[in-house]
This record gives sequence, structure tokens and C-alpha cells, in this order.
Amino acid sequence: MSTPNLRRALLVLLALCATPAFAATAATAAMPWWGWPLSLFVVCFALGIVAVPAGVGGGVLFVPIVGGFFPFHLDFVRGGGLMVALASALAASPGLLRLGLASLRLALPLSLLVAVSQIAGAMIGLILPAAIAQTALGTIILGIVVLMWTAKKSEVPGIQRADPLSAALRINGVFHDTANAQDVQWIVHRTPTALVTFIFIGVLAGMFGLGAGWANVPTLNLLMGVPLKVAAGSSSLILSMTSSAAWVYINQGAILPMVVVPSIIGMMMGAMIGVRLLRVVKASAIRRMVIAMLLFAGLRALLKGLGIWM
Amino acid sequence: MDVAIEKEMDDANEEYKYASPEQLRYARVLSLGVQAGFVILVVSFVLYMSGVLAPLVPVDQLPQYWHLSAAEFAKATGTPTGWNWVAQIGKGDVLNLLGIVVLASVSAVSTLAVLPIFARRNDRAHVAISILLVLVLAVSAANVLH
Repeated sequence: MSTPNLRRALLVLLALCATPAFAATAATAAMPWWGWPLSLFVVCFALGIVAVPAGVGGGVLFVPIVGGFFPFHLDFVRGGGLMVALASALAASPGLLRLGLASLRLALPLSLLVAVSQIAGAMIGLILPAAIAQTALGTIILGIVVLMWTAKKSEVPGIQRADPLSAALRINGVFHDTANAQDVQWIVHRTPTALVTFIFIGVLAGMFGLGAGWANVPTLNLLMGVPLKVAAGSSSLILSMTSSAAWVYINQGAILPMVVVPSIIGMMMGAMIGVRLLRVVKASAIRRMVIAMLLFAGLRALLKGLGIWM
Repeated sequence: MDVAIEKEMDDANEEYKYASPEQLRYARVLSLGVQAGFVILVVSFVLYMSGVLAPLVPVDQLPQYWHLSAAEFAKATGTPTGWNWVAQIGKGDVLNLLGIVVLASVSAVSTLAVLPIFARRNDRAHVAISILLVLVLAVSAANVLH
């Protein structure tokens, strides 16, 4: 299939996402019970396809879209978002570790802080009134849209000197850059600042069930100077190592199998196609589409939270 | 399995030469756990949806409750919170939590699996960080935080 045709096919797929979504707002009572898990599967399948080429995790798309257009309480949507993000990261991490595209030494100290702060975020999220949580979610999603639109990337930042903390923890590595057919050695800097940043990321991820790839990758890449590919891989590893917020949601009964399981299966199957798609379509075009989707979903969450668009 | 043997096995794959022994062990344990978790999740969901195992909350009644908050849902349906689900694992919907719990636990198990490698190298910092991370995950799993 040619690239324009693929783009058209993707647009149709995204329109399919919107169908059950709008049905949710228009005719909640009319849909039979089995229509909802089926719609969730279809929507998550489509989200899985676009998430990989767009370079975002499933959680950041799942929560605003499912939270905005499906009839489930936000508690179950956030619980589902956390599990979708966790499952996607768990599936990817073994391969990334084996190829040296994720670093255990880098991920461990950051994961410790994220795990602690996620607990705080999850506990705050579960006691927030739904309207306030929706409003805050909409605001955060719109902030992510700005971040995704404006954030720069640095393939190999080329740090000159490691900071003392990262040197003591021996956070460094080497990976094979297939694009240039050469081995790239990397070190990091500004580790203390990054540790503080990851505390904030953990709170937000736990509070809204968003996953955190949208914030992890720029922090690792632009702040710490981790090469982009290792930053993306290590971000996935950090997500997979920090299930503390998921545990809070599990223990509070905020994991509804009817929401979580079709979502995970749909997202994983979509991601398999997304990986193949990455080779044939321009990632930047899909990224722009995803930003537009997030803008719409963020506005919807904000207006729903404010009681303007119920 | 001995680290040297593991390394030897993985060296057979040239692509893995950029990964340290602890990364390879972590990846191996994680991969096994994730596969087990996904299989349990899919099988339990099939048992739930097919009605082979009767659910705690009938599927056709779920739409009456899923707009409620998690706390209200648990109260209205009698859905167990914390680890009380274990006592009702024979119910189709509750059984699905088993796969979820396996997926949520597998990173802690993988972290424990690499501890001996860090300890053998006298890498005290990573031993301490790994133990703390597992403790944090254990505390969050234990449902002692309210």
C-alpha cells in the first residue's frame, strides 16, 4: 500500500475510534453491554497502531479518549490506563534490554523515585472528585500537546563529562546505532536535577494513569543527555519497573477486567501493526495526527470537567 | 543458572553483545513472567466472557455500576478490595485479577533476580537501590497505605 493510501487508512481507523466514542455520549443506555468491551478493543487497537510511530505510550492516549467518550468512571479509566501502559512497557522491555537500547543502571535509581511518587499520585487521584480530576486531566493533556509540539530531540547529545552522581553509579553504556553503522558510547549529566524531575513525573503518572513516556523521554534525552534511542528504551523500562500506582488501583478495586483486558489485548495487537507501519510511513505525519487527537481529547476532558460538554 | 553460562548462551546471539549480564538476566526473567501473565489474562478473560466461570457481578448488570467510583462500585456490588479477591478467585471476573497481579509483580521478581549479580560485584549502591525498589513495590502491593 502506498503512503498516501496508508495515511487515508489511518484516518479511517481514527474515525472508527470516534464512532463508539460519540455513541457513548449520545446513547449510553442503547448500547448492549457487550458493545462496550468490543468498542474498547477496536479503539485500543487503533490507538496501538498510531502510538508506536507517534512515539507515545498507550496510557497517554487511552485515558483522555476513553475517559472522555466512554461511560466508565474515571477511576476505572485511570486504572485501565496504568495497566495498558504497564503491559505495553513490559512487552517491549526484554527486547530493548537485550539489544542495549534500555539501560538497567540508568532505570533503577529513577524507577525508585518514580515508584514512591506514583503511590502519592495514585492516592491523591483516587480521592479527587471526578469533575476536578477531569478538569486537571484536560489541562495536563493540553500541556502534553504543547510539549509534544515544541519539544526538540537530540539523537546523540554527546555529553563531555558525567556528573559525580552518575559516575558513582556507573550510569553509562554503549549501543549500536544502525543508522550510522557504529557503536555509540554514552554518559549522562545533571542526574540530581533529573531525579527531582522524575518525582513530579511519577506523581502525575499515578494521579492520572497516563503512563509517562511523554515526559520520560524528553527528560532523559534533553536534560540528562541520553541518546534518543536509549532514552526511549529506558523510558519503557522505567514504566515497566514502576507498578506501584497500579497496585494502589488494584487494591482500591479500580481495575475492572471488562475495561482492562480488551484494552490491553487491543493495544498490544495494534502495536504489532504499528511497529510494521513505522517502516513505511513518515512518523512525523502520524505524530501530528496523534497531537490533534490529544488536543481534541484534552479539550473534551477539560470541558467535561467544567460541566460545559457532558 | 550461573551468570557465566547465561552470558555464554546469550553471546551466541551477536545482537546481545551490548547488554550486561544483569540486563540479560533481568530480560530473561521479565520475559518469562510477562508471557505467563498474558496467557493467564487471556485464558481467564475467555472463561469470564464465555460464562464457564460465573462472575461475581453479572456482565449484563455491569453498565448499571461502572459509572460509579471505585469505592462506590465495590460497596454496591460486593467486589473485594485489597487482597480479599483471592478468596473469590473462582468467580470469572475476579479470576482476571490473577493475570493483572502477575503483570504487576514481574518487575519486582526480575529486580530480585539480578541482586546476586550486583552483590557479587560488590556494587553496594545498586544492591541498595534494588532492595529499596522491591520494598516500595511490596508496600504498595500489601495494601497497607490508605
